[in-house]
Formats: sequence, structure tokens, C-alpha cells
Amino acid sequence: MSAVSEREAMEFDVVVVGAGPAGLAAAIRLKQLAPDATVCVVEKGSEVGAHILSGAVIETRALDELIPDWRKRGAPLNTPATEDRMLFLTETRSYRVPMLGTVMPHMSNHGNYIVSLGEVCRWLGGQAEALGVEIYPGFAAAELLDEDGRIAGVATGDMGVTREGERGPNFAPGMELRATYTLFGEGCRGSLAKQLMARFDLRQGVDPQTYGLGIKELWEIPASKHRPGLVQHSFGWPLDRATYGGSWLYHFGENLVSYGFVVGLDYANTWLSPFDEMQRLKTHPSVRQHLEGGKRLSYGARALSEGGLQSVPRLSFPGGALLGDSAGFLNVPKIKGTHTAMKSGMLAAEAVADALANGRPAEPRSYTRRVRQSWLWTELRDVRNVRPSFAKFGTLGGALYSGFDAMVLRGRAPWTMRHRHADNEVLDSAAGSPPIAYPRPDNKLTFDRLSSVYLSNTNHEENQPVHLRLRDPQRWRSVNWDLYRSPESRYCPAAVYEAVDTEAGDANGPRLQINAQNCVHCKTCDIKDPTQNIDWATPEGGGGPNYPGGM
Amino acid sequence: MKLLVPVKRVVDYNVKVRVKADGSGVETAGVKMSMNPFDEIAVEEAVRLKEKGAATEIVAVSIGVQQCQETLRTALAMGADRAVLVLTEESPEPLAVAKLLRALVDREQPGMVIMGKQAIDDDMNATGQMLAGLLGWAQGTFASKVELSDGVATVTREVDGGLETVALTLPAIITADLRLNEPRYASLPNIMKARKKPLETIAPGDLGVDVTPRLTTLRVAEPPVRQSGVKVGSVAELVAKLRAEAKVI
Amino acid sequence: MTALVLLDHADGRITPAARSAVTAAAALGEVHVLVTGAAIGAVAEAATRIAGVAKVLRADAEIYDKALAEPLAALLVRLAPAYDHVLAAATATGKNVIPRAAALLDVQPISEIVAVVDAETFVRPIYAGNALATVRSTDARKLITVRAANFDAAAAEGGSATIEEVEAGEATPAVSRFVSTELSTSDRPDLASARVVISGGRGMQNGENFKLIEPIADALGAAIGASRAAVDAGYVPNDYQVGQTGKIVAPDLYVAIGISGAIQHLAGMKDSKVIVAINKDAEAPIFQVADYGLVADLFAALPELQAELAKAS
Ligand SMILES: Cc1cc2nc3c(=O)[nH]c(=O)nc-3n(C[C@H](O)[C@H](O)[C@H](O)COP(=O)(O)OP(=O)(O)OC[C@H]3O[C@@H](n4cnc5c(N)ncnc54)[C@H](O)[C@@H]3O)c2cc1C
Ligand SMILES: Cc1cc2nc3c(=O)[nH]c(=O)nc-3n(C[C@H](O)[C@H](O)[C@H](O)COP(=O)(O)OP(=O)(O)OC[C@H]3O[C@@H](n4cnc5c(N)ncnc54)[C@H](O)[C@@H]3O)c2cc1C
Ligand code: SF4
Repeated sequence: MSAVSEREAMEFDVVVVGAGPAGLAAAIRLKQLAPDATVCVVEKGSEVGAHILSGAVIETRALDELIPDWRKRGAPLNTPATEDRMLFLTETRSYRVPMLGTVMPHMSNHGNYIVSLGEVCRWLGGQAEALGVEIYPGFAAAELLDEDGRIAGVATGDMGVTREGERGPNFAPGMELRATYTLFGEGCRGSLAKQLMARFDLRQGVDPQTYGLGIKELWEIPASKHRPGLVQHSFGWPLDRATYGGSWLYHFGENLVSYGFVVGLDYANTWLSPFDEMQRLKTHPSVRQHLEGGKRLSYGARALSEGGLQSVPRLSFPGGALLGDSAGFLNVPKIKGTHTAMKSGMLAAEAVADALANGRPAEPRSYTRRVRQSWLWTELRDVRNVRPSFAKFGTLGGALYSGFDAMVLRGRAPWTMRHRHADNEVLDSAAGSPPIAYPRPDNKLTFDRLSSVYLSNTNHEENQPVHLRLRDPQRWRSVNWDLYRSPESRYCPAAVYEAVDTEAGDANGPRLQINAQNCVHCKTCDIKDPTQNIDWATPEGGGGPNYPGGM
Repeated sequence: MKLLVPVKRVVDYNVKVRVKADGSGVETAGVKMSMNPFDEIAVEEAVRLKEKGAATEIVAVSIGVQQCQETLRTALAMGADRAVLVLTEESPEPLAVAKLLRALVDREQPGMVIMGKQAIDDDMNATGQMLAGLLGWAQGTFASKVELSDGVATVTREVDGGLETVALTLPAIITADLRLNEPRYASLPNIMKARKKPLETIAPGDLGVDVTPRLTTLRVAEPPVRQSGVKVGSVAELVAKLRAEAKVI
Repeated sequence: MTALVLLDHADGRITPAARSAVTAAAALGEVHVLVTGAAIGAVAEAATRIAGVAKVLRADAEIYDKALAEPLAALLVRLAPAYDHVLAAATATGKNVIPRAAALLDVQPISEIVAVVDAETFVRPIYAGNALATVRSTDARKLITVRAANFDAAAAEGGSATIEEVEAGEATPAVSRFVSTELSTSDRPDLASARVVISGGRGMQNGENFKLIEPIADALGAAIGASRAAVDAGYVPNDYQVGQTGKIVAPDLYVAIGISGAIQHLAGMKDSKVIVAINKDAEAPIFQVADYGLVADLFAALPELQAELAKAS
């Protein structure tokens, strides 16, 4: 299908895959250190920021190092976090965790900013271009150029291929972007990063990566209710005690509120629907009071890496390195990965600049050393036991443990808890899972999936191969349906998967309908499918959500 | 023959626009912008004419803010040869745009101007007709097919209830409708090459055109939400209501 | 104040859209209408009887026969000085002619108005109807096209206007020439422009069952559409799809059968004048936008509907 022979090629010193905080920080740092190096960034979103979905309260530590005068340059960090709240919820009540700064020091946000990470990335993109970085949004890196035992770059996907996989009238072959070093900043569960880990066995000796799914809404609320700088988190209801997760709610910008919900993808109950959990949590007084009378502006979802240090793979390989969330550099208890992603990008850039100047060895090995010597490593080391403690002890036990860890051990416990299972391995069967009844949406505060997806502005050209593939199509019926009753139709936040003809009970059904057009690129199906039967590949460039400013 | 193709930068058609809370307009900050889809069709048509040998040079023009350069780069990547940006603070009205284009036509002397029939932001559907009027040229609006021979453009137009064919003596204005063609992708190699194609920036003053708007937007509002009607008890009642009450059958 | 309306007509008949434009003009002042074409005596006669029309200008000449923009715009430019407003329905002709005339008069036209606020101020949809802009014109003279669906057509009878002849413009130099027309003749009207659309969704269960819709569409002269789910399941071809990524339609009557009413589907039909939904799920979102909802099994309702329509017509 790919038109290898007709592809044009272009040579760069460095190609960066993904214009997220990690990729852009890497590109900027590279140009700062090696102004003559040619640096190209490809981004699958239709523009920089189009696919960026985050909370986001961000720490400026990495930004301060990268662009010390970011304030003067108009970086869109306009709302300082001023008030921190952590709530434990029961169905009707909420309890505020006292002395937050002491019990959960990682939850303290003094000095941080509430931002739209998409906007921050657009700004970073502008900074990078001003330094001479070439950024090409609307093109996905679809293929690794694997030559002579090393990665020699990437190829973008062919455009204009029909649904049947044939060349349409507007067929345009992909392009080879060749580079001495290719840096992968695809974010959580990168599709090429996944191949790289297999190709170079990068996960050898580390724990499986664990993930969370974050689902977000952006609201505009009446000015009278708006308290810019307010940061509220909650845990507890509506999740049961065995399930990790909680909500965030940030007041920022002009009457904007970022509201969202993260569920650990190691959840067991197959009936659980992260989307419906996030909807019903809005009916809790502690959230409702903020949003009522407001208007929902946008919606989206994205997985995040929650494994922490235990799950970080080998970082470099011949021809390149993994950055940011692709490597799993997220500080889980803080749910902050922006500063760590940026820092990792900068460190990789330093390693690469060094390698470019010193004989261009195949592998930019000093990256790993630089990471280990930086604050990035210390920061992740100190919080390494928090997330696993929730898996081990449940919500309250986990909360207690992490308080203990933070106050008494200060993160320096002599033990490291392991992640024993990958998220796809822990789902219970339909028969073994207690059913969950979710309320119907009221279309004011709570909504259904399709009207939500609408606000992600997602779209994919219809006439293209389906980018979500079942490795073994038969297995859906025998495993996903018979055993689990189609968990994908519940965990997918975009209603991509629908079990149809469920009454048929013959050769015609039940069967799985895949509405690939709806996909918001959260990557959850690639993670959570019980037998890893779903493979997420990059669709035609430019497809996917178009998150607006504010998201 | 030289072709002039005006292209407009508009909110991307996938984006759901949001009316600003103060009613002053729709939110465009931080919103994905793209080339007006009808203009893409116009560019494609021009490129095809050039590929067929019916045209020699394609000049893309955009009128608006600095970022319209991106739109022009897309046109260049699709196959335009060079680009002109008329830099203004905001997007002028069709009348002003038509006047600016007339000035550019005087300068460039194209044999034909191919443009989109309508911009999907203001939905005015006017600029092509106005430019034709100002130049005294023939106009082939809402085109679904264009053929050139011996100084005549034969244009099939989408009109109410069917198609109409007109013959236009060149020079002429064509405005593109949806079915004229399916525009090609701006491929990555071509986007890279487009960076090196010439892009000139000029001011409206250089063209001697006053772009002061004639329309003032007093208010922008969301359309009223549709209310649910009644439930009927039977098919017979439904048909009766459609006949007597709604009078639609 | 006096307004001039360029009156659309086809096959010797004044279109309802043209009479809607008369209604819009009546909100602005005395209404004169301009009837153009070759051998249009009967049409001009009919125009005198439209309720609310005070004068009919008749420009009867060969050069106006095919309603080409160039001679018509020139004619409007000649007549405009006597008027404060010049209007036309937003039909293929109106949209073709009005902006050209406006440019020649140095006026910024106001396209597709849906409401008249006052003599200077009008409401018009922007962003494909997702927002409504209220605009005020500072031009001395206003040139306007009118979205017919938003104004009731003026009654065809009841007026008693006088006819005044208008001298035809010069035929030379003609820069454009009419070649031919090809009106769609298929049995089914085109989905995008049909007056009635009947769409089936996943509730239809298979392509075969769309046959249940056909006789009803025949009876109503309707086009047939579908939801994405029906298209994706292969019940009907791609070009039937109505919605965000399919066709946008705004017929007088839209009938949704076995369609849940997802917002992406509504995006393609919510501007229809009257919406009917037939669905067995009383909670289906389609009922939130339907003017007439019938909670029923479509396999029972469709044959009944066919019979009921046959009965009285
Ligand atoms: C719900 C949620 C809430 C969060 N809240 C916070 C918070 O409050 N504070 C905080 O600091 N962090 C937060 N994070 C984490 C933070 O957003 C991430 O750690 C950070 O965005 C990671 O940056 P990245 O550059 O590694 O990846 P990403 O931000 O995911 O960017 C990756 C980019 O690469 C592109 N891409 C991927 N694959 C390809 C390909 N094959 N070809 C081309 N382009 C590709 C993507 O489109 C995307 O633009 C949150 C994350 C989530 C999901
Ligand atoms: C980016 C994007 C673009 C999209 N574009 C479009 C688009 O252009 N057009 C479009 O339509 N959709 C589009 N969709 C899909 C849309 O979200 C819905 O999935 C789709 O419209 C559902 O089609 P449906 O109503 O036929 O199916 P369903 O939602 O499955 O509804 C079937 C309905 O039939 C009813 N029913 C079943 N049996 C019977 C019976 N015997 N009698 C009566 N009623 C019965 C059921 O009660 C149900 O309400 C898009 C989605 C996305 C995300
Ligand atoms: S299909 Fe997969 S990647 Fe796409 S939105 Fe659904 S779960 Fe996320």
C-alpha cells in the first residue's frame, strides 16, 4: 500500500515526532545549543495544539530554564494558582483534606499557573519557528525508517488512500523525513514509541506501564461565580474504593473552568464507564455549584501514563530517543507531566546536540545519564510509591499511605512498590462485575457521548482505511462480547465502538461497529482491550480532534 | 494566460463556532483556521487548467491579517506559482475586497479570476460577482464545470433545480461551487517547496483602496434553539396535522 | 420610502420565493417589482395582482430572457436611483445579480436576510446559520437578498398594481451568452434542494427495508436521505447521508424514521421548516427537535403512513 519507491525524502539533523511540550522543548533547546542544526517537527494534529489535552496546572521549572524571559515573550500563563482544595467525596457530602500542603505536599500549587496547554504549545511552536525550527502540522509520522539496525527517521502516511486501501484520485504518497536522530514525543502511548519499545526491547526489566484516562470539559461560567486561580481536586465518590481516580476543577482565564476526571485504567469492573462517571460526578454539589448556569464549550479525552519511575523504559536507542509522556515521565500524584515532559525534551536535546558535535554516534546515550542527574529523576523518585499504593490499598489506604509517605518518609522509603499487571489484564468478566446504573443526561449539566464528541471538533476524512484495527476480528465476539460484553463501547469516550445487532445471536451478530471518524486519539482502546487486540494507528494527517483555545 | 486566485482564511469547517458571551461576534481566538473550502476548489481548478496547458501562471491573493500567509502557503503548495498578501488589520468586507482585487487585476492583468463562490464565515456570496461588476467582466458563478477554448470559457453553473451553461468571453470571473472538483492535498514535499516560492506583501493604501466598512455589526447571537413540538397518537393524526396545521403536504 | 424587488419567475410563473421577497420589501416601504424577460406579458399581469405591490416595472426584451447577470445588473443600476432598497430573493438569479449591481452602485450588499429590523438594519445568518448577525448599513441605498424560508410569501392575489414599461438596455457588447439549461429530471428530487426529505436510520435494519420508504417518498415527491449509521451499515449509498459530514438540508418537511437524532445528524437538518420523527424510543433525542413525534414501531407505521397518504390524495 505505501508507495515506498515514489516517496520523496528530505534530510535533517534531527526530526521530532509530536509538537507537544516535550517535542517543542526539545526542538527549541536544540536550536539554542546548535543553531545550525536542521530541525523538523511533524505533528498529526491539524495545527499545533489541536490534539493537546491536559488539565492543566503547570509548574514553570522547565520553562524557566528553557525560556527564562517567557513572561516578556507573552507566554499564555496568565492565571496563577491561588487556592488549593482537595476533597474526599461521598455521594452527598464532601470533606476537605486539612493541611493539604503538609499531608499531600505534591498537591500544593503555589507558584503554578492554570493554563490551556494547547495554547502554551501554540506559543512554544511560535518560539520554535522563530529559532528556525520547521514545524509541519497535519502530518502524522506513520512509519519508522528502520535501516541497518538503527532508526533513520520516519515516514509520513500516504494521503488519499480509500477505505478499501486503494489509491484514490487524490493519492499523495507519504514523505521520508530522514535524520541523524529522531526524537519521539508522541505523548502517552505513542504509536511509533510502541513499535520502538518492541523493536529495541526497551521495556526489558521495567514494570509494565500503567495508565489513566482523563476526560475533560471546558466550561464558561457566569462571571459572578468565577474565582480565577481556584484549584480543586476530588477523590472518592463516584468511584468504588478499589478504583483509582478523581476529578479536577480549575478556574482560569476569562470565566473559564477546566473540569475533568481521571480513572486509572487498571479498573476491574467491565461495566464501568469513565465517561458516565465524569458526567455523574458533575451532579455532586461540590462540582455542580461551579458549573451550574454555565455553558459547556469543549470536550476531549486523553490517556496519561501513570507508571512513574518503575515503568520508565530505556530512553535511547540507535538513531533516537523517547521523550515526555512517550517515555512515561509523568508525576502521578501531582498529575503533572508538562514540566517533566519539557525537561526530558531539553535533556534529550542536550544529549543530541552533544552527539551531533562529537562524531554523531548512533545512539545519543548521554540522555539517560543526563536524566538521572537532573531534578526530573529526583522528583519522580520521591513519588514513586504513591500510585502503586492505591492499587495495593485502595482509595483510602492509598491516600493514607501517600500521606505517610510524604510526611514521614518524604518519598525516601527504602522500598519501591511494583506495578504487577498491565491494565488490560485486570478486567473482570461481565458475570463477575457488579452492574452500574448511570443516570440519563439532563442536557444542561450532563450530556451524552455524541453531543460531547461534537464539541471536540473531531473529524476524519471518511474515505480512508479504518485507523483502529482488530488484529483478530473473530476474537471480538468470543472474548470482548461473550466474556466482557464489549467494554470498549463503555471506555471509549468518543462512541467509536458500538456493539450492534446484539439480539441477533447468529452469524450476523452481535458484531462490533467501529466509528473511526469519531476518534479523539486518547489511545485508551490500544491500552485497555483485554487481549490487546485493538491496534491504534495514525489516521490520515490532520484528522482527529480540533481542540480550540482554552482546552 | 495568467490566473488570479483569491483565497480567504476562515475558521476551519470542522470547528463549531461559538458566539461570544458579549454578543460582539464569534470567538476566533485560538480557533483553527484554514483556507475557505470553496477557495481550495478554485485553486485546484486553476492548477488543473495549468496542468492542461490552458494557463501559464497562477497568482494566489489573500487579503487580511499576517497569518493569511499560511493560507497562501497552502495555495502555493497546491500549485500556485506566487502569492500576494494584502495586509489589513481585519478581514475587509466583500466590497472592499472586490476593489482591492480590481486593483490587483489592473496590475497583474490575468485572463481569468477563479474564486470560491462564498466564504464560509460571513456567507456573503458576493465578492466574485462584485469584482466582475467593477471590472465589467463576464461572470460564471456557482460553477460545476469549466472549459476553455478560443478566448471563451464555457461554464456549467449550479442553479435552482438543475444546471445552466453559459459562454463567457474572456477575461472573466469564475466562482467555484462544491462539485467543480475535489481539491488535492497540499502534500508535505510540496509544502516544503512552497516555502521557497515568492510571497509579496502589500498594503491596501498601495492599491489606493479605502477599506472602511459599510456594514456595522450591532450584535451576533446564537440562533434560537428549536423547541420540541407535540407527540401524536397515530399515523392518521400525524397526516391530518401535516395537512391542516403545518400545511406541508 | 420605496423598495424595488427583482421578481424571480420560471416557466411563466412567479416563484413563491419572489413573493417572500415582496413580503420583506413591504416591511420597508412601498413595493415596486421589476419583471424582466422576453415575452413576459402574462407574468407582469400576474405581478400586478400580488398583494402589496404598488407598481410593476416591465422590462420585456430578448437580452433579459435568460436572466444573465450582466444585463440585469446594468438594468438595476439604471433603476436604483429612484429607490432606497433593491431586493431579490436569494435564488440562483438573485444571488448572481444583486452583488454585481451593488458593486456598480458602490454599495455593500446584504445577503440572505432573515429579518428586517428597520430600514437600515437587518438580521442575517453567518457561519452556516450557527450565528445570527444583526447588521446596520451606512450605504445610502441598500441592496439585499432575502432568504425565502423566513418570510411568508405575499398572497398571489389581492393586489392591483399598475404596469410601467422600462426601456431595455443595449444588447452590446455581450460578454456572456446563454448556452443551455439542464433541469434535473430524475424521479426523485435532489436531496440538497428537495422540498420534502424522508430519511431512514439504523432502525431500518437493512437496505431492503428502505423500500418501505419509497412509495411514501413517491407520494410526497420527496428525496430519500439517511443517517451515517444507515450508510455505514451499507443500507444505502454514501450520498444519502444527511448531517455534519453529509448533506445539509433544510426542506419544508423532514421525516426522520428510526433515527435517534444525534447532534451530528441534527446539524444537517435542524433548519428544516417542519420535522417529523417516527421512533419506538420515546426518549430518543430526535423528539427534542421534532414538531410532530410519533412513538411507534416503524415497521407498523410506514405501511400505515403509505395507506393514509393514498387515502385522501
Ligand atoms: C487529563 C489530563 C490532565 C493533565 N493535567 C496536567 C496538569 O494539570 N499539569 C501538568 O503539568 N500535566 C498534566 N497532564 C499531563 C501532561 O498533559 C502531559 O504530561 C504532557 O502533555 C506530555 O507532553 P508530551 O509532549 O510528552 O505529549 P503530548 O502533550 O501528548 O503531545 C504529543 C503530541 O504529539 C503528537 N503526536 C503523537 N503521535 C504522533 C505521530 N505519530 N506523528 C505526529 N504527531 C504525533 C500529538 O498529536 C501531540 O500533539 C495531564 C494529562 C492529562 C491527559
Ligand atoms: C465526526 C462525526 C461526524 C458524524 N457525521 C454524521 C452525519 O453526517 N450524519 C449522521 O447521521 N450521523 C453522523 N455522525 C454519527 C452520529 O453521531 C450518530 O451515530 C448517527 O447519526 C446515528 O444514526 P442512527 O440515528 O440511524 O442510529 P442510532 O443512534 O442507532 O438510532 C437508531 C434509532 O432507531 C430507533 N429504532 C430502532 N428500531 C426501530 C423500530 N423498529 N421502529 C422505530 N424506531 C426504531 C431506535 O430507537 C434509535 O433511536 C457523526 C459522528 C461524528 C462523531
Ligand atoms: S477509539 Fe480508542 S483512541 Fe479513539 S477515542 Fe476511542 S478509545 Fe480513544
